Amino acid sequence: MTSRILMAVATRVLTQLRRDHRTAAMLLVLPCVLMTLLWWMFRDLPGGLFDRFGPALLAMFPFIVMFLVTSVTTLRERTSGTLERLLAMPMGKLDFLGGYAVAFGIVATVQAALAVALSVGLLGLEVAGPVLLLGFVAVADAVLGTALGLFVSAFARTEFQAVQFMPLLVIPQILLCGLFVPRSSLPDVLHGISDVLPLSYATDAMQILVTTTATGDVWRDLGIVAGFIVAALGLGAATLRRRTP
Amino acid sequence: MSDLVQVRDLVVDRGGRRVLQALRFVIEQGSVTGLLGPSGCGKSTLMRSLVGVQRLTSGGVTVAGSEAGSASLRSRVGYVTQAASVYDDLTVRENLTFFARVLGAGGEAVPDAIATVDLADHADQVVGRLSGGQRSRVSLAVALLNSPELLVLDEPTVGLDPVLRRDLWALFHRLADGGAAVFVSSHVMDEADRCDRLLLMREGRIIADDTPQAIREQTRTDDIESAFLALVEHEAGAG
Repeated sequence: MTSRILMAVATRVLTQLRRDHRTAAMLLVLPCVLMTLLWWMFRDLPGGLFDRFGPALLAMFPFIVMFLVTSVTTLRERTSGTLERLLAMPMGKLDFLGGYAVAFGIVATVQAALAVALSVGLLGLEVAGPVLLLGFVAVADAVLGTALGLFVSAFARTEFQAVQFMPLLVIPQILLCGLFVPRSSLPDVLHGISDVLPLSYATDAMQILVTTTATGDVWRDLGIVAGFIVAALGLGAATLRRRTP
Repeated sequence: MSDLVQVRDLVVDRGGRRVLQALRFVIEQGSVTGLLGPSGCGKSTLMRSLVGVQRLTSGGVTVAGSEAGSASLRSRVGYVTQAASVYDDLTVRENLTFFARVLGAGGEAVPDAIATVDLADHADQVVGRLSGGQRSRVSLAVALLNSPELLVLDEPTVGLDPVLRRDLWALFHRLADGGAAVFVSSHVMDEADRCDRLLLMREGRIIADDTPQAIREQTRTDDIESAFLALVEHEAGAG
C-alpha cells in the first residue's frame, strides 16, 4: 500500500464529487430532510417515538446512501476501463479501495455531523451518552456502506443491477436490525440471522447511546462494525483482478 | 536494435473460443510496429496480453526480460485502450494530474503530455464535453506521462481528422526515435505505410510479419489491402 497513491485516489474521488453539485447536495442535505420528516411525523403523538426511531435512522441513512453511491461509482470505474488502466499501473488493490473508503469516509463525517447536529440541536433528540460518539457510530455506518458497496459492485454488470442489490442486501438488514421488533423478540432463526448482520450492531450502538450513559457496549458494537468493514474491504480487494478473461 | 517484447506461443481462449492461436513474434526497441487486421480478429486481446491484463491460456509474453504485467513493468509500459479510459467528469488537467500521481511522474510531465497531444487550449475543460477525438487524445496523454519504454496503443487514430492523424503518427515516430517501442493497432489498411514493421492478423493468427515494402513485394501487390487478400487466398489455396 502506498499512501501517495491512496491519497491520489481519495482526492480524485472528492474532486469528482465536487463537480457533481447535485449528488454532493443530496449526500449532505437528504439525511437532514429525512430526519426532519421523521420528527414531523411523530410530533403530535405521545410516547417519545422520535427518540425511539430517530437513532436507528441516524445509523441507517449514511449506510444506505453510501452503499448506493459507492456501488454505482465503482461500477462505472469498472465499465469505463479506468479500473483496468489503473491496475496496469503501479496501483495496489488496497490503494484503490482505501482511497474510496477515505474519500467517502470524509463525506460521511460531514454528513453525519450535519444530521446529528440537526437531530440533537434543533429537533430535540434526547441523547444520554456522548454526542460525539453518536457521530462516530454514524461515520462507521457510512464506511460500512462504502465497503459493502465496493464489494457488490463486482457482481453487477450494469448500474441497474447495482441498484437492485440494495433491496437484496440492505432491506433485510433494516427489517431485522431491531427497529421494528426488538431483536430479542424475533423468532430464533431470524434472531440468529440478525446476529450476523452488521446493521444490527450499528443500530444497537445508537440505541444504547440514546438511552444510557454507559459506553462500554457501544465500543464493543463499534468494534464489530469495524470488523465487518475490514472483511468487506478484503472481499472487495479479492474481486479486483489485474488479469481478466 | 534489441527485442523489447517477446511473444512465445501465445494462446488465449475467451468464452470457449480460441482468440489467439499460438502467436510468436518480437517487438524491437526504437520502432513503430503496426498490428493490422479486421475487427474481431484478436487485436485487442493481443494488446491486453502485452500489457498483462489478459488471462493467458498458454505460452507467455516477456517485456524487457520480465513477465508482462509484473510489478516492475507497471510504470514502464503505457497502454491506451480503444475506448478512452479517462474520467469524463474531470478536466483534462485533473485527469492527468491524478494519473501522474499514481505513476509518480515528475512535475513537468502533466503540461508536457497535454502539449504533446495538442490539448493545451482545452486543459481546463471537462473531458465529457470534448469531442470523441479529443477524449481519445486525453487517454493517449495519460499513457505518455511516464515516458514509457513500451507504448501499446489500441486503435488510437480512429475517427480523427487526417491532419491530426498525420501528427499522431509523427509523434509515434518521435517516441520511437527516442528509444521506445511503439505498438499500434488499426483496422484501417491505409495506415500500414506509416509503420516501420507490420503484423497482419486474421482470425487469431499472424499471416505476415515484415516491413510494409517487403510484404508488398513478396505478394506482388501495390497496397497492403491487396497484399492482405493475396495472403488470405494463398492460404486458402494451400489449405
